[in-house]
Amino acid sequence: MISPDQLPRVLHQAADRPLTLAQHEEAFGPMPPSAPSLEQLEASGLTGRGGAGFPTWRKAKLIRELRGHNKFVIVNAMEGEPAAHKDRTLISANPHLVLDGAEHLAGIVGAKHIAVCVSRDNPVMVNHLQRAIHERDRRSMRGATFELHTPPWRYVAGEESALVHWLDDNESLPQYRPRRPHILRIGHAPVLLDNAETCAHVGLIGRYGGDWFRRLGTPSSPGSTLVSVTGAVARPTVLEVALGTPLHSILERAGADLDPQALLMGGYGGAWLDARHLDAPYTNDALGPLESTVGAGVIIVLPRSGCGIVETQRIARWMANESARQCGPCAFGLPAIAEDLAHLAFDARDAAAAYERLLDRCGAIEGRGACRHPDGVVRLVRSALRVFAAHVEDHVRGQSCVASRSTHHYTSVPTLEREEELIWE
Amino acid sequence: MGVRRRTGGFVLLVNPILCDGFGHCAELAPDLVRMDEWGYPIITTEPVPLANLAALESARYAVRGCPRQALRIERVSDHP
Ligand SMILES: Cc1cc2nc3c(=O)[nH]c(=O)nc-3n(C[C@H](O)[C@H](O)[C@H](O)COP(=O)(O)O)c2cc1C
Ligand code: SF4
Ligand code: SF4
Repeated sequence: MISPDQLPRVLHQAADRPLTLAQHEEAFGPMPPSAPSLEQLEASGLTGRGGAGFPTWRKAKLIRELRGHNKFVIVNAMEGEPAAHKDRTLISANPHLVLDGAEHLAGIVGAKHIAVCVSRDNPVMVNHLQRAIHERDRRSMRGATFELHTPPWRYVAGEESALVHWLDDNESLPQYRPRRPHILRIGHAPVLLDNAETCAHVGLIGRYGGDWFRRLGTPSSPGSTLVSVTGAVARPTVLEVALGTPLHSILERAGADLDPQALLMGGYGGAWLDARHLDAPYTNDALGPLESTVGAGVIIVLPRSGCGIVETQRIARWMANESARQCGPCAFGLPAIAEDLAHLAFDARDAAAAYERLLDRCGAIEGRGACRHPDGVVRLVRSALRVFAAHVEDHVRGQSCVASRSTHHYTSVPTLEREEELIWE
Repeated sequence: MGVRRRTGGFVLLVNPILCDGFGHCAELAPDLVRMDEWGYPIITTEPVPLANLAALESARYAVRGCPRQALRIERVSDHP
């Protein structure tokens, strides 16, 4: 048993190679004979680690109450965020903990199938999961059966309705859901979908209980969480921290620049946070009023020498290219926003007009896509205009900065593909 | 049989995946729909009272006139 005050939890005994099933049971203890009750899950207060931060027990309750013999549990290990590598790190260390959690969730909602989804562009992860699932099959455990699915990597392929669409019909395209909460289905079968890290926490709650889980973190955001820190750091790091840890001590542990200009929180659909707030605890409760978010556990450190507008422009351009191009406001709006940002950053004659256009266009496209992809970009851009307001003014007055002429950048974006090369299948 | 009371309101909803930006809805229901710069509809998200018969009628025209069948009227009650 891991002591409740000890960190790391889900990365316990992380080594270069994933733990085998035997090593895993030695490290964490044997798999309990039955799944935890829904009450245990509720008592733990676990929230989703995939971005939205919704209470996991409530999602499970919704699916549990539905009828159906063929329910699915989907483990989302797609990790679409280019700056995130936490699910990768987790699965390369403790794949069986993720699978334990998925089995528990299947037990709670009464699911027969567990679909683990990982992008085929990451063959190492596919390998680790294949091996882990094979090991469990040989033990012929009772309960749900595992299947591995490997959609092509796209940013929106990890969106829940896109993933379900893939399993249902081999297309990684999001679906229209007029009402929320929306029950996702494969054929007629209801689906419970959770992020890989969320499943790993459920794996621990199943062994040690909800009270054990709450011994770290804050009362309203209990537990620990994985953070991917990139940007101005010695090297990109994944840390497991207790929720509520002050941001500056996360930066310290990651070996990051301790006097940065700003942090990009949550991921590419997240929000910039001014470095004045480095004392803020790492929870959604504390970051929400600062109009920022924990999101998918991404922190990108922007040093004082960087230009926030240029970084935002790079991200927006890439995000525009990743639109599934199903909805007009997303397919046309995002490229327009990326273009405006480029004018704001690099074109002194048009900067003032571009700034006005940006404000209008952000207002016009918000909430009008079938999925939240465009809303994420709008949030990112608005936060950039707010946090870098003084710097935006310089650009509008025609004084473009030194950093915007530099070729050194702190956010990593994959190379842009041409439209005809984008794969949705 | 009493008199049917028209309480509550409605919203016009568009499925953005189906919508192709033909723009018929903005002509048929100009009070509820305006066009964005790319020709896609921006629809009022505030519920309109069902008692506003003219608006309801125009929304019905828009639903029927949409070549992609992307529009839908949804009732919202005042007390959820
Ligand atoms: C555009 C977009 C991309 C997403 N990509 C991922 C992803 O790669 N991995 C992931 O776990 N969740 C992703 N999500 C969030 C999922 O839709 C979903 O909320 C989450 O997986 C639910 O799991 P959780 O409750 O355990 O957090 C994405 C959401 C959006 C809108
Ligand atoms: S909003 Fe964008 S990414 Fe989402 S379904 Fe529509 S076109 Fe695709
Ligand atoms: S009439 Fe239908 S297809 Fe045309 S813009 Fe309106 S909703 Fe879209």
